[in-house]
Amino acid sequence: MMTAKERLIVTLPSDNEIHMERTFDAPRALVFEALTRPEHVAKWWGCGGGVEQLAVCEIDLRVGGGYRYVIRKAGGQEYPFKGVYREIAAPTRLVYTQIYDVDPFKMHEALVTTTFDEHNGRTTLREMTWCGSKAVRDGMLQSGMEQGAAKSLDALAELLETLR
Amino acid sequence: MTPDTLDATFAALADSTRRAILARLATGDATVTELAEPFAMSLPAISKHLKVLERAGLIARAREAQFRPCRLEVGPLKDAGAWVERYRQMWEERFDRLDGYLRDLQQQDAARSRKPARTRKKRGLS
Repeated sequence: MMTAKERLIVTLPSDNEIHMERTFDAPRALVFEALTRPEHVAKWWGCGGGVEQLAVCEIDLRVGGGYRYVIRKAGGQEYPFKGVYREIAAPTRLVYTQIYDVDPFKMHEALVTTTFDEHNGRTTLREMTWCGSKAVRDGMLQSGMEQGAAKSLDALAELLETLR
Repeated sequence: MTPDTLDATFAALADSTRRAILARLATGDATVTELAEPFAMSLPAISKHLKVLERAGLIARAREAQFRPCRLEVGPLKDAGAWVERYRQMWEERFDRLDGYLRDLQQQDAARSRKPARTRKKRGLS
């Protein structure tokens, strides 16, 4: 099937937030499952470069229940993430905390709000990550999940365009 | 690039006047008076913005010349752009894998529907 690849749109709406939007050619019940069932999440949440799958993927999908993901690189180095589910409204909305579980960053957590909108059998995923502080952001930076604080990425991209 | 430098870069970029000043400097060096022209702002107000940009390493100002023209320093901007781009790339790869995985799941599901004689495994789809 010839389908144009969907684009990922990343914007930085405020100093503490990062927003991502991406559309998938699947009904939202399935997309919601792919983000909340461990047998599914383990298949795609890795970091690439030969570490596409998670070494550990545990999910207790209840409000107050936790999850734990571990990326393990070839050299054995681990990148553990964990959090707690705050709101579960299948298949439309999911709110959970996220901690990069490594000293000194594990003292801080980000709050991720994910929404699923279905239209004509396709689902648009929107994910807003709220970082409470610079420390949280720096933890994500170190883990490879780098987040920043520009008014908006679009404004920056536009500016960079003028510098070419 | 350290997180502190990045902080300064992003904080400096979070203001539309400062972005406009940088865009102006991208076309060539300019004095404070020249930079103030397009804005309804006093010279001291523009100077404040320039100080923020200077601290962030985004511009440099001549020390000795009488009018101290400002010059754009593109290094921090390129680093900031590359840094956001790395984040985007990581998630793009991750979502591409999810995309492929969702296609596989739906194909498996369709294949199962075409063989009604077989016992269908419950998917637990809501």
